[in-house]
Amino acid sequence: MLDEGVIKRTLSAALRTGGDFAEVFAEDKRATSARLDDGRVEELSSGRDRGVGIRVVSGETTGYAHTADMSEDGLRTAAEAAAAAARGGGGGERIVDLTRVTAPRPNPVAILPETIEKAVKVALLQRANDAARAESAAIKQVSARIGDSRRRILVANSEGLLAEDDQVRTLLSVQTVAAGDTGMQTGYETVGFTIGWELFDRVDVEEHARKVARQALTKLDARPAPSGTMPVVIGPGGGGVMFHEACGHGLEADLVGKGASVFKGRVGELVASPLVTIVDDGTMPEEWGCFAIDDEGTPAQRNVLIQDGVLTDYMWDHLRARKEGRARSGNGRRQSYQHLPMVRMSNTYLLAGQHDADEIVADTDHGVYVKHLGGGQVNTATGDFVFGMTEAYLIEGGKLTEPIREGNLIGNGPEVLTKIDAVASDFAMGNPGMCGKDGQGVPVGDGVPTLRVTELTIGGTAA
Amino acid sequence: MSSRPELLDLATRIASSAAEGEQVEVCVARRSSTAVRAYDGAVESFTSADTFGIGVRVVSDHRVGFASAGTLDEGVVAEVLADARDNARFAEPDEHAGVAEPDGVAPVPVDLWRPALPAYGAADKIERAIALERAVRAADPRIAGVRVAAWGDSFGESAVATSTGIAQWSRATGCHLSVQALARDGAETQTGVGSTVGREPDELDFDEAVADAVDRATRLLGATKISTRRIALILEPRMAASVIGIVAGTLCGEPVTKGRSPFADREGDAIAAPVLTLVDDPTDHRSLGAESHDGEGLATRRNVLLDAGRLQGFLLDSTTGRRLGRASTGSAVRSARSMPGAGVQALALEPGDGSWDDLLARYDGALVVQAMTGLHSGVNPVSGDFSVGVEGMLVGGGEALQPVREVTVASTLQRLLLDVVAVGADLEWLPSGDGFPTVVVGEVSLSGN
Repeated sequence: MLDEGVIKRTLSAALRTGGDFAEVFAEDKRATSARLDDGRVEELSSGRDRGVGIRVVSGETTGYAHTADMSEDGLRTAAEAAAAAARGGGGGERIVDLTRVTAPRPNPVAILPETIEKAVKVALLQRANDAARAESAAIKQVSARIGDSRRRILVANSEGLLAEDDQVRTLLSVQTVAAGDTGMQTGYETVGFTIGWELFDRVDVEEHARKVARQALTKLDARPAPSGTMPVVIGPGGGGVMFHEACGHGLEADLVGKGASVFKGRVGELVASPLVTIVDDGTMPEEWGCFAIDDEGTPAQRNVLIQDGVLTDYMWDHLRARKEGRARSGNGRRQSYQHLPMVRMSNTYLLAGQHDADEIVADTDHGVYVKHLGGGQVNTATGDFVFGMTEAYLIEGGKLTEPIREGNLIGNGPEVLTKIDAVASDFAMGNPGMCGKDGQGVPVGDGVPTLRVTELTIGGTAA
Repeated sequence: MSSRPELLDLATRIASSAAEGEQVEVCVARRSSTAVRAYDGAVESFTSADTFGIGVRVVSDHRVGFASAGTLDEGVVAEVLADARDNARFAEPDEHAGVAEPDGVAPVPVDLWRPALPAYGAADKIERAIALERAVRAADPRIAGVRVAAWGDSFGESAVATSTGIAQWSRATGCHLSVQALARDGAETQTGVGSTVGREPDELDFDEAVADAVDRATRLLGATKISTRRIALILEPRMAASVIGIVAGTLCGEPVTKGRSPFADREGDAIAAPVLTLVDDPTDHRSLGAESHDGEGLATRRNVLLDAGRLQGFLLDSTTGRRLGRASTGSAVRSARSMPGAGVQALALEPGDGSWDDLLARYDGALVVQAMTGLHSGVNPVSGDFSVGVEGMLVGGGEALQPVREVTVASTLQRLLLDVVAVGADLEWLPSGDGFPTVVVGEVSLSGN
């Protein structure tokens, strides 16, 4: 993407004002999207983004400048702007030698989406539309989208690192609206992996569409969600976002370092039920949050955050690891070359346990079974979080009975972790996610086996 | 500014390359921005950038294709036009598809450019961010830290041109300060945010940003969960704008014309309490969302959504307008990188007559809502189901004193509108561009202990 000589000269220019560290991050991203709505493929779109972000760190100060001009002049101008914002004590000429770091790709990509005819995408969306509508006359609206992207990045820094990655993502999402006497209800589900068009060799488009249609139809008959505090059983794969919110964000070293996390100073302590082991793993093949290198050139890693209930470590990016004099964990990520990297999760999941999933439900007299959680939000300083239940059922006398309408769950991360009293062996990864922090979105994955929280507050739905 | 801006020339040149039977719409933009984050009395980061964007929509035989890029390099621009054309070949025909046509509506001039902003120096921006952090830390002994204190500014220009004869150019400046404070009491930590936005540095209200962050963080110390009950909500202007903003989203072209709005067939009906009169008015200079033209290059106008509770109409762009057999309401919103679509630009709720103190005195036992969480996951704008986490203070004896956290409230958008019992006199123009007073919702179900 960039000539090595140009990179070296740019790093030298970036260090000229005495910075301790300089970095060149180059990105070339192409994304395409085909969208069906209201019975027709309404729009195909494509986007191209390429540019370079240059970071200079001097003491506690970071200077950053980015540009879409990838010529040597463009890079030098950006390097000078970043250097001007982060002046150090020294300065002068410094030569940087680069050593290429190769990190294994988490998985191969068989068919690059850019090689697929647009007509093929159109036909696939039409099949999704037909299948969803055929499920019932009550399905009044269907929208479906195929999105794919290829993102090539290059990272080089004054410590001599040079690394590249080529990240491909492909997804299908379907949304349905069902209408009945009780009003309208929606279904929504996305399936996607860091693979190419081979996604559609393994995803049955019609079956996916029918499933999303049934989600909306089921909710037409749903009762208002009960409100109050009760046991909640989370289904396999559908509730990983809870741990992303409830503890993942609080284990990001930048937030911990600023005292904005309830988990600050608690490494080595029992912070969760001994049934709980939580891992963040950027190496997990094909999962939405995986990559060969993070956006600072660090190879992806599998990091155990909580082991048998004991807090083992936080997640680290370059800046915070350097400050604490410790190793990075492969969690330095950014939305694009226009953004500074910070500590982010990759694929975050809770490991399987010993319980039987059916027995967990049978052993719950009265509560709620959440098959799918929607988005969530956490205040890391207090640990308070909420997330939406997009598909949930009542548990009465140890059996799943009626579907309930959408509502929010609310809880406190540290409290919920201690209130998990059963973890099943049926681990599954969930759907692709997009995690937002300080205005930057990055793709993430999550996963969870069936588990029970003895007490959570259900927000309820108005009757 | 010179006679004819370069960006407008570029957009017009590409738009005029439309072939026979083809429509081309081009949006180009250029922006310079800086962002400063302060921490511990020093600069944590300083970011500067010039960004570019181009988006091309091609409509050919009623088929729509779109392509965009983050650079205005000649080669890439040509590639974007070619991509948009190729994309259009594969879309299915929609008789209503098309770019906007000039409609003769005269624009209300709005000047969004302040020369003081581009002239503002880096050292001053750094000083503002560091001073903001310092002021928040010094404001109250319970403030234990500041997660982020930030300055941000940008100035830029954009142009929209179409092969149907639209050629529109504008430029704007803007800046903001924002801060998140951490308040601590023993082992308990609470957070509060404050921000201020303006078109130039002098318009920023530094003291208000500080006071908001500090008050919001400290007043939540000692917050507890309360028991499940029916309760009235007093929504501060910011919160009222969030909730009613979601309702306004359901009154926009896409959901309305595609059966995804609970209010699609309710035009003319009383869907809200008579105290609610809601307009979207980008011609109102007081709003930071003010604009003379929309994202398709048509003049913006004042659109009434609710008149004393009655649904008056929807917000439409040219495509959704044609779908309803009506004209665009000048409500297309977009960036250069995205297709235009109908959206809210400058939402404003007509103020009522109660002062803040009157409202607290009148609604004993109500919950003053200071923050809501899960607005995206807990509100379904199609079904109207509404369930969100809230933080705030319980009202007793005319004062909002007892802090509350970790509870949720539930209703539906349809019910919420009808259950509004009062609107305050305290109209506030918010950083979002919305103008809202305090709104009181008579009854929702609160879920707690």
